[in-house]
Amino acid sequence: MRVIAESLAAFRGERLIFRHVNFELGPGDALILHGPNGSGKTTLLRVIAGLLGLMGGRLRLLDKAEKPLTDEARDRALHFVSHVGLVRSQLRVRETLAFHAALLGAPAKAVDAALDEWNLRPLADLSGGMLSAGQRHRLALARLALQKRELWLLDEPLVALDVASKSHLNEVCQKHLDNGGIVIAASHEPFLGDLRTLHLGPRA
Amino acid sequence: MNTFRAILWHDVMMGLRSSGGAALSAAFFALIVFLTPFGLGPESATLKSIAPGLFWIAALLATLLGLERVIQPDTEDGTLDLLRLSPLPMELVVLAKIVAHWITSGLIISLLAPFLGPMLNLDVAALPVLMFSLFIGTIGLSAIGAAAAALGASVQRGGIVLAILVLPLNIPFLIFGASAVANVQANTDPSQPLMFLAACTLIALVVGPIAAAAALRLNEE
Repeated sequence: MRVIAESLAAFRGERLIFRHVNFELGPGDALILHGPNGSGKTTLLRVIAGLLGLMGGRLRLLDKAEKPLTDEARDRALHFVSHVGLVRSQLRVRETLAFHAALLGAPAKAVDAALDEWNLRPLADLSGGMLSAGQRHRLALARLALQKRELWLLDEPLVALDVASKSHLNEVCQKHLDNGGIVIAASHEPFLGDLRTLHLGPRA
Repeated sequence: MNTFRAILWHDVMMGLRSSGGAALSAAFFALIVFLTPFGLGPESATLKSIAPGLFWIAALLATLLGLERVIQPDTEDGTLDLLRLSPLPMELVVLAKIVAHWITSGLIISLLAPFLGPMLNLDVAALPVLMFSLFIGTIGLSAIGAAAAALGASVQRGGIVLAILVLPLNIPFLIFGASAVANVQANTDPSQPLMFLAACTLIALVVGPIAAAAALRLNEE
């Protein structure tokens, strides 16, 4: 699949947060969004995911045959992983993942594989309230292992992760790219060797 | 269907396991009924005449309690985004949430009500109708509540907005539900108000999910 953005712009209320954003991504491409807080990194990811309406410019998501994706096809083609929560203190780790597997239309056995991949097996029966910030984030990232999706939209994927988890995330993303996937990540830290970056907002 | 079931299960668990959930709503219902004889005195004729209305007022208020956890938590922690990206249409997502809210409030209340009937000296013959009217009526209350919760989700202190939005729409349920029970006590046929009650619920079950889904889509823009 390909993602083509032409002169995207976004507003928050009346205020313009970015404009003239252009990029074109094909299989195996990664784009790292940098920029200060409030520069619109999350907004851009949400626009690409179709969670926010397009506010200016043109965004095209094309399938292998260069046809634009329908809304349903786009929903099925992407992973959106945010640094915000998802973890409820009332649910155990395994229950949370099983819920997300169902939302993604993944089979129940994918849950065990995801638990193993993100080293969450020892935490599987703990309630969400017992997890540390890094563990919660790992649980959110484990969504990536539940179901194969071509386009990964990652919002602050490195936040609160320990060294081992960071390198694991790098490996996982690299493998995804090698398999012809696309990664778009918003990050304050260098990520994926900063292959291709896009700076939003004023330069420091 | 799998996704529908997962959302239903998720919300029921959230309701059963959180402190402000099913237990609070059931306790609130029971307490209103339990305290009434102390407030109004033990005069059995008085209690008997107000019982149908009081049960329904208590049920209406108790179902209001859990509404804030129908959609608010999902907007706060980003789960709503993932629900929107799921293959299930938003209307069905909301329907799953309505059923979950009903299971953790209305269903429990209607199972509890017959045991509380004697507190207000309600006719034993009226107990099945009380239970049945609550059983079908509270689904409609949950449906209307979910639509209001979706509207209130983007508003700060949405809880108050929610209560104000919901109450006028709930009044028909109160009228028909209470009069069905009162009819049994007066030895008249309760089927007419019950049918009106069922009609209200059916309308709410159709309009509620559609309105809530529309409100959630609007929230984002």
